[in-house]
Amino acid sequence: MSVRRLHTEQPDSFAFTAENLTWAEGQIRKYPQGRKSSAVIPLLWRAQEQHGWLTEPAIRTVAEMLDMAPIRVLEVATFYTMYNLKPVGKHYVQVCGNISCMLRGSDELMQACEREIGPRDTINEDLDMSWTEVECAGACTNAPVVAIGDDYIEDLTGEKLAEIIGKIARGEAVKPGPQNGRHSSEPEGGATSLLNEEAIFEAWKAFSPKMPNEKAAEPELLADKHEELELIADAHDEPELLEDDHVEPVLLAEAPEGGADNLKLIKGVGPKLEGILHELGVYTFAQVAEWTPENVAWVDGRLKFKGRIARDGWIDQCKLLASGQETEFSKRTKKGDA
Amino acid sequence: MLSDQDRIFTNLYGFHDWRLEGALKRGVWDNTKALLARDQDGIIDEMKASGLRGRGGAGFPTGLKWSFMPKDPDADGRPNYLVVNADEGEPGTCKDREIMRHEPHRLIEGCLLAAYAMRAHAAYIYIRGEFIQERHHLEAAIAEAYEAGLIGKDSCGSGWAFDCYVHHGAGAYICGEETALIESLEGKKGMPRLKPPFPANSGLYGCPSTVNNVESIAVTGEILRRGGTWFAGLGRPNNTGTKIFGISGHVNKPCVVEEEMGVDLRELIETHCGGVRGGWDNLLAVIPGGSSVPCVPAEQCESLKMDFDGLLEVKSGLGTAAVIVMDKSTDIVRAIARLSAFYEHESCGQCTPCREGTGWMNRVMQRMATGSAHKHEIDMLLDVTKQVEGHTICALGDAAAWPIQGLVRHFRHVIEERIDEYTSNPADAPVAAE
Repeated sequence: MSVRRLHTEQPDSFAFTAENLTWAEGQIRKYPQGRKSSAVIPLLWRAQEQHGWLTEPAIRTVAEMLDMAPIRVLEVATFYTMYNLKPVGKHYVQVCGNISCMLRGSDELMQACEREIGPRDTINEDLDMSWTEVECAGACTNAPVVAIGDDYIEDLTGEKLAEIIGKIARGEAVKPGPQNGRHSSEPEGGATSLLNEEAIFEAWKAFSPKMPNEKAAEPELLADKHEELELIADAHDEPELLEDDHVEPVLLAEAPEGGADNLKLIKGVGPKLEGILHELGVYTFAQVAEWTPENVAWVDGRLKFKGRIARDGWIDQCKLLASGQETEFSKRTKKGDA
Repeated sequence: MLSDQDRIFTNLYGFHDWRLEGALKRGVWDNTKALLARDQDGIIDEMKASGLRGRGGAGFPTGLKWSFMPKDPDADGRPNYLVVNADEGEPGTCKDREIMRHEPHRLIEGCLLAAYAMRAHAAYIYIRGEFIQERHHLEAAIAEAYEAGLIGKDSCGSGWAFDCYVHHGAGAYICGEETALIESLEGKKGMPRLKPPFPANSGLYGCPSTVNNVESIAVTGEILRRGGTWFAGLGRPNNTGTKIFGISGHVNKPCVVEEEMGVDLRELIETHCGGVRGGWDNLLAVIPGGSSVPCVPAEQCESLKMDFDGLLEVKSGLGTAAVIVMDKSTDIVRAIARLSAFYEHESCGQCTPCREGTGWMNRVMQRMATGSAHKHEIDMLLDVTKQVEGHTICALGDAAAWPIQGLVRHFRHVIEERIDEYTSNPADAPVAAE
């Protein structure tokens, strides 16, 4: 960690311009009520942009605006290294010296800076320029890179950087981005991918999303739900079926020829319930699909999870499954993520 | 090589218009309303089916992460939040930058879809302070999306209210750690929090939050459109989909490129980067996943699969898929020492093993780089890396330790030769007095 302190010489006061004040209010609105302090980093940054470096009065001003203790704002100002706690040149060259840039010649860039501007972290008054080394700028495939003001200047050599420093000193414009002729981060000399215009502008049309089937089927689903609710209501109205009225459904002594159906494809049936069903003699979707309310009552009486058959709609599910169709759940189960 | 039809980021290089009009022509925001009509758990299931693993480095399954969020955020009055980690700062990594400046709409659409799936009505994109132009692009794209009604009170006409905000940092690598990022977003120093509680229980402002990498979020739209099975069909099981690789260092043409997971390292370098500088035989080592993962020496680089499992086999990691290539002209000790200096600079100072350890390791590494050391110090250094690794709140301590461990594992002889050279050449030794 780096130890950073406020500059020994501080101005007397700081005030945001009217324009920046309006902007700051907008920033504070981005965060929920009572969370004004979230805006501390952007506000400090704007204060630095306005003054050139971050002063103690600016820190106090921001603290007041955000109802924060000044020490909390000071903590932020000293923690984050983009805040310049002492004056820097109007043109501030930040040379990335991390590994990717180092491998491609950032040493050369720093030598160029020393030659053209002077010692690191010292303002060259004639040029109103200073330079420093920073950690990874995040433009590693365009290394070596420097940041000047709001722009990255990429794919540099010591010679090119010296030229650029000269241009800035003369007040000429500098083209941001790569300096070796490439557009951005594609391989120099031309991209090796994304050459097929059809893939870029046409291919996506084949995957255009439709309103999902559930949507089309939604009224039905709702209707089902309604019926279900009615069923429950009915159940309430009618006296519960007496024990005597439970009727044994069609049961099989063993799995039919051609094998049993995978009952776990029914939503609500896991391996355990499937075992119980097998013991009872239920092996196929077709069997379940045929159940009458009396049959349901009989099976319910033998399951440990009473009411599940109606709640999960086994019979409707099995009607679909028995006819070879799929339910949402069975599809997901087959894909293996239910 | 991945076919252009399977590439998600069709404007990776910014050859086309990044604004809304251009994005629409490339299929971004294409009937997003229909995607928002799907039920939320269905979307999460689709993400699980895609096998997408987080693209920020740790590789945690994205769909599973989303499923940890409370399903009924109104129950206790705490809203759910989506936080997008755009604090890209791992040395070697520069992929999210391309998404933010050239594909901002793909990211914003992804934010909407992910937020909807996680029952969040707000997303904060935390972008590093240095990315000023990228931030402007993102802000402009968000303004366009609001203007067009794609996000806002009734996003895409779906009835889902969604707000998206950009927040920026001010130069602290540690804020890429998810809880440090949350602290920073709350207006504090970026010091990581102890877990548990995990952000999904108590994150931003004490509310359930999920922090996802930019790339993980930006691929969401295409996964939902083309289906999880399409994504899962690329790469190999447990390592599915496409991935943006950034190849820097000693290759003829460094570049960023979207490729299939598990692509062969040599193929990646020779197809897109014009080969290693001076030819494949001139390769010394690669750091395959950003500065935090151990280096892999050239002899292990033949038929090296660039995915999570492939790189784990050589005791390294995919990380952010930032491939740093070093040829035989590289002073590997100095290169790793540079990383040690970086970790010392970026340690937040909260945990003693990291605060003291990163400084100690850096000072020893700087001496090793000149050869001004004793051979027994190599083992001492290795021992210290083990004392730091796993003894800190966040993974920065580990990240500082692993590159050194990789160096000693594979290039111990280089360090020893350097020491021998230094001790046998007293002319280089500093003169005490004249």
